[in-house]
Amino acid sequence: MPMMTEIDYGTPPSASTRQVSLTIDGMEVSVPEGTSIMRAAAVAGVGVPKLCATDSMDAFGSCRLCLVQVEGRRGFPASCTTPVEAGMKVSTQNDKLADLRRGVMELYISDHPLDCLTCAANGDCELQDMAGAVGLREVRYGYEGDNHLGMAKDPSNPYFTFDPAKCIVCSRCVRACDEIQGTLALTIDGRGFASKVSAGQTADSFMESECVSCGACVQACPTASLMENTVIKAGTPDREVTTTCAYCGVGCSFNAEIRGSEVVRMTPNKDGHANHGHSCVKGRFAWGYATHADRITKPMIRQKITDPWQEVSWDEAIGYAASEFKRLQSTYGRDSVGAISSSRCTNEETYLMQKLVRAAFGNNNIDTCARVCHSPTGYGLKQTMGESAGTQDFDSVRQTDVVFVIGANPTDGHPVFASHMKQRLREGARLIVADPRQIDLVRSPHIEADYHLKLRPGTNVALLTALAHVIVTEGLVAEEFVTSRCEVPSFEHWREFVARPEHSPEATADITGVPAAEIRGAARLYATGGNAAIYYGLGVTEHSQGSTAVIGIANLAMATGNIGREGVGVNPLRGQNNVQGSCDMGSFPHEFPGYRHVLDNAVRGSFEAEWGVTLDAEPGLRIPNMFDQAIAGAFKGLYLEGEDIAQSDPDTQHVTASLQAMECIVVQDIFLNETAKFAHVFLPGSSFLEKNGTFTNAERRISPVRKVMEPLGGKEDWEVTVALSNALGYPMHYKHPSEIMDEIARLTPTFAGVSYEKIDRMGSIQWPCNAEAPDGTPVMHEAVFVRGKGRFLPTEYIATEERVNGKYPLILTTGRILSQYNVGAQTRRTANVDWHEEDRLEIHPHDAEERGIREGEWVGIVSRAGETTLRATITERVQPGVVYTTFHHPESGANVITTDNSDWATNCPEYKVTAVQVMPVFGTSEWQQRFHQFSDQQLQLLQQRVPAKAAATTR
Amino acid sequence: MTRVYVSRDSAALSMGAEAVARAIAAEGVSRNVTIEIVRNGSRGLLWLEPLVEVETAAGRVAYGPVMPADVPGLFAAGFLTGAQHTLGHGITEQIPYFAKQERLTFARVGLTDPVSLDDYEKHDGYTGLRKALTMTGAQIVEAVTTSGLRGRGGAAFPTGIKWKTVLGTTAEQRYIVCNADEGDSGTFSDRMIMEGDPFVLIEGMTIAGIAVGATKGYIYLRSEYPHAFRTLNEAIRVATTRGYLGTSVLGSGKAFDLEVRLGAGAYICGEETALLESLEGRRGMVRFKPPLPAIEGLFGKPTVINNVISLASVPIILDRGGEYYKNYGMGRSRGTLPIQLAGNIKYGGLVEKAFGVTVRELLYDFGGGSHSGRPIKAVQIGGPLGAYLPESQFDTPLDYEAFIGINAMVGHGGLVVFDDTADLAQLARYAMEFCAIESCGKCTPCRIGSTRGVEVVDRIVAGVRREGNEVLLRDLCETMLGGSLCALGGMTPYPVLSALNHFPQDFGLPAPAAAGAGV
Repeated sequence: MPMMTEIDYGTPPSASTRQVSLTIDGMEVSVPEGTSIMRAAAVAGVGVPKLCATDSMDAFGSCRLCLVQVEGRRGFPASCTTPVEAGMKVSTQNDKLADLRRGVMELYISDHPLDCLTCAANGDCELQDMAGAVGLREVRYGYEGDNHLGMAKDPSNPYFTFDPAKCIVCSRCVRACDEIQGTLALTIDGRGFASKVSAGQTADSFMESECVSCGACVQACPTASLMENTVIKAGTPDREVTTTCAYCGVGCSFNAEIRGSEVVRMTPNKDGHANHGHSCVKGRFAWGYATHADRITKPMIRQKITDPWQEVSWDEAIGYAASEFKRLQSTYGRDSVGAISSSRCTNEETYLMQKLVRAAFGNNNIDTCARVCHSPTGYGLKQTMGESAGTQDFDSVRQTDVVFVIGANPTDGHPVFASHMKQRLREGARLIVADPRQIDLVRSPHIEADYHLKLRPGTNVALLTALAHVIVTEGLVAEEFVTSRCEVPSFEHWREFVARPEHSPEATADITGVPAAEIRGAARLYATGGNAAIYYGLGVTEHSQGSTAVIGIANLAMATGNIGREGVGVNPLRGQNNVQGSCDMGSFPHEFPGYRHVLDNAVRGSFEAEWGVTLDAEPGLRIPNMFDQAIAGAFKGLYLEGEDIAQSDPDTQHVTASLQAMECIVVQDIFLNETAKFAHVFLPGSSFLEKNGTFTNAERRISPVRKVMEPLGGKEDWEVTVALSNALGYPMHYKHPSEIMDEIARLTPTFAGVSYEKIDRMGSIQWPCNAEAPDGTPVMHEAVFVRGKGRFLPTEYIATEERVNGKYPLILTTGRILSQYNVGAQTRRTANVDWHEEDRLEIHPHDAEERGIREGEWVGIVSRAGETTLRATITERVQPGVVYTTFHHPESGANVITTDNSDWATNCPEYKVTAVQVMPVFGTSEWQQRFHQFSDQQLQLLQQRVPAKAAATTR
Repeated sequence: MTRVYVSRDSAALSMGAEAVARAIAAEGVSRNVTIEIVRNGSRGLLWLEPLVEVETAAGRVAYGPVMPADVPGLFAAGFLTGAQHTLGHGITEQIPYFAKQERLTFARVGLTDPVSLDDYEKHDGYTGLRKALTMTGAQIVEAVTTSGLRGRGGAAFPTGIKWKTVLGTTAEQRYIVCNADEGDSGTFSDRMIMEGDPFVLIEGMTIAGIAVGATKGYIYLRSEYPHAFRTLNEAIRVATTRGYLGTSVLGSGKAFDLEVRLGAGAYICGEETALLESLEGRRGMVRFKPPLPAIEGLFGKPTVINNVISLASVPIILDRGGEYYKNYGMGRSRGTLPIQLAGNIKYGGLVEKAFGVTVRELLYDFGGGSHSGRPIKAVQIGGPLGAYLPESQFDTPLDYEAFIGINAMVGHGGLVVFDDTADLAQLARYAMEFCAIESCGKCTPCRIGSTRGVEVVDRIVAGVRREGNEVLLRDLCETMLGGSLCALGGMTPYPVLSALNHFPQDFGLPAPAAAGAGV
């Protein structure tokens, strides 16, 4: 249950536009038709007692506290389930109602522990409040009767405890699991007095059940029956700060609830425009890493990576880093240093990083981890529609009739949006999934994909072109949309291209592995099923033809007219919290903020004028080029913030070799991550709880990140970059990140109307936000495309060079799991490891049988790039010939196997396709042995760190 | 060839009708007499079961209760010609218990072979549907409205109004659902219809479907009725084969299909919204209203949900007209009610009478007093949630409004009789216990209140703070009456309060003041 600072109207708002007037306790009220009496009363300022009702869920009518009387009607209707009618005269208070409510409450309390003073929900309990509100003074039934007070607690979930003794069987948790989360893990077991909340089967604990620990049930519980362990331990919070989750690209708004300076819990913000009060196991619970013992809070330096670390003052560390970069540039040239920022950084931080590189380093060697995830999205959408961003807001899915998910696993990667999508699917929207694996969405409670196109990894383009072929050859093109909104010659060219017989589903079935009839069915459904929306993820982008596939998706949407209104569109699901933002902020070697090329003299001129320096017109190095140049001896110094390339980037051995080839690596992070083990300067980063800034989520929504506690290292990350820039001789003068945003707004047309003042006022803003769209832009390309007319581009399928053969007969593809996040630096330092303590290799029973692999046994995975070992999970989730793993644990070495193949346009690595062989093994791989040896040595060097001199200040 | 009737009704079977039928057949063979044994429904004279009827020129002659051992004697006495016998009762339809009835809905039950469509047609079957097919939906609904038929499941809601609501919706798919989850204690009229004249229910549902534009009907049948399940399915099969059900009912171009679904033993699934939940495959939990099932019912579609007897009363209304039906009854309770006499009663069975018959007439004129011969102390009417009526209320006529006037209810028309050995405090306790066992658990007054009710009655009976606990029990009853989500919790107070009010001495409380005792 959240802190009771928000009004709970009891039932959701009605969408009706017709107003109905009625009288409640003598007051005239006008509300939309379909509103409950309870909500109408709340609007009028009359609080009707309630327990089972809450405005995030449909009315249920079980607690019977909210009974009212309606003139001319028999009995006592429940105000939550009774809709208003014109002219109705409602009484919410009279003696009879008071007796009834007291009678109900007396029954509740006759089966409830009398431990309010020692209860974790004391002062924050709806049952307690209602007992007070109805004036219960005595429980005449006594406490000797049948009761549930002796029932054992279920402490199995690491984050919350289920105490059935405190349960009032209001079903809010069950309904939250059903209606909001859509997992349907909870149920009421038994009936009558024996009714009890149960996770799955009777004997299941929460951990053993299907529960995904999203926290919706805990949020919904009106008592202490489902309670966060942090609150049980620390007590109830006394204030809250609204901020934005630092995990995935959904960008949920949370209230950090605080007691003193300690975060007690994170609760999803009901007014959050991306999440509407919902959460997942990561954002809701897995924030304890922020104060984990592994946090490094003092700056450190060392000459060589074989030296122990030396703790130093901020000034010394920054001074050392600056002097090293200057030395390298004077020795090896201006282009010998660069920086990599991260999608986990705030907009302001990434903006400053690129500014530092361009203005202080004097080159364009800035890149971001979006290089390795969604750079093809930027390219493909810009080429076709004119803007490097998704076209819709998340709420758009509520109007969608056909959901087409390709190369994304929303229930694991974007769980909160997945829940909203599933709500729509349960309402009857149709579903097409294109994925080599049977992701959960294919078949989950009350949801079943109409088509699961089980394509071979690496054949997205062939599949998308075959879908286009069907649309074009079966007359399913939205001709009017194409004629009026798109470049007709480009369309004609494309139409001719996709209509070629060699692009038919029948002709390409051998490539994709998908039966032609399924492709035809899916294409017809997409083109004719009403509002159709495409949601895609890294399964589209992380390929040698990632950009082509994005273009193919845009082509489909334009050809069917599924662009420019609610319910449709092209929706890249961004992996990390600020992928969109870091790209927007000019974190690319060729682009200034707002996706404007460095060659553009006018744009460059505007930055030169604002920044007071001359800027390099030559695009800088991309991440893979940095690695290559480092090994070639030309690239010597790297500043990284929040990015762990040694774990996350492909072909690990190539990455670590390049790191070892450099002379100065400066890592700014909250932990000594894998990359920091190769670093010479460590600058303590601040977690999202310790700083101000903004994140931009997958729907272009700029949301506030607000400081909840002081930075453990003494500086917010943006302050560190400012200090480094100052030390490099390019002074920056910001006193607050809002000033950085003001500068961004001055220099970036799509951000012209953005300010902290407006974000505070509106909660969040979707860019473009400028004079034409002062309140932001939920849906793009409404009247015209950003580039004017939509452009079709042919999408020739070119098979990846990464091919299976006798030596490497299987295709390895990689992905995520719900409980872990990216490289796991955060989630591995939380109890989320209880769900996923190791990365496993999923392999089909047929392939396992052939190799003598048994469940849970160690297998060696060998690719052209390297070798590692994992334990096997045998499952039909993957198809024969395909194996799958996650990369959340560094020792798994998933990226030791992945190759340096990459997207032709953007160099986005081909993580999703690696030819491998898999065999049973007894020991760990040679790489893993070296990894452990190196890692142990580095941790020792950390332990042996020399403390700073007593005189040194920390700031 | 002589035609002999031995009932296939569950009540008859439970008394050994199967063995009797076999014995008659065997005796016939051994005596080289050709006999046609028809397995009919029950006449409802249950104290005579197994009842054997022999067709004679004067009419059917009744013998019962017949045991297999009686069969040779019956043959010897010449029962095949209707001869006298100690088990003989003369012409069945002249037995006063039967002769005094007004059988409209049960006109054919016991008369015909339940699964013989020819028999059904021969006895005026399907004339109502044939007429309905010449009418508009609105006209059919109008006829039902005119008849004054009210829901026979217990709620007594005007059937015509319910149908009209569904007719007025715009949804393409609508449903007819028959509530055949007959779970009230002492009731068996639904079962007797389904086992004894299934076509009348099928015809009634078909008319309902034609009237409101529903193409699909479900009969939600309690699983404890295996014979009814078989009989209904056989009848549906026959009706479908003969074109009375299917894509074009009697070639009208109007579709109507029927399916029987079995419940799983929960009393609450007799509550219409819990029934719909169960029918949809979910656990039987009560839904709140509105939305009414007539607007959003089965699978969210407009649904007519009616009791077996309500639907089975429709064919005769269509056949003879709403006015004909309406002419029976009293006040706002029109037509007839199949009343079921059960419990401690001498002549238990089914009595179909026009509304207005008094409880006393039923108990004594039909029922013959208690089975034990002791004075009747109380009768519970309307199932386990019905009030216990004391002797002073026996002159109340069976009429919905008259019963409301004494805080009682007609319900499904079941009477369960208790003699003077009954302990009404224990029966009040049982009412609470029944509610506790059968509560779906959704609403608080029913979920917790019923368990507390048992405890409070126990304390009163045990003499613990009697006066305070009596107040508490009354307060609890008020909370349940006013606060419960459905009739289970909302009506459990009826038997409790009636026991407490009329028989306080059973609780160890002072007897009521003499003047008020009878009110």
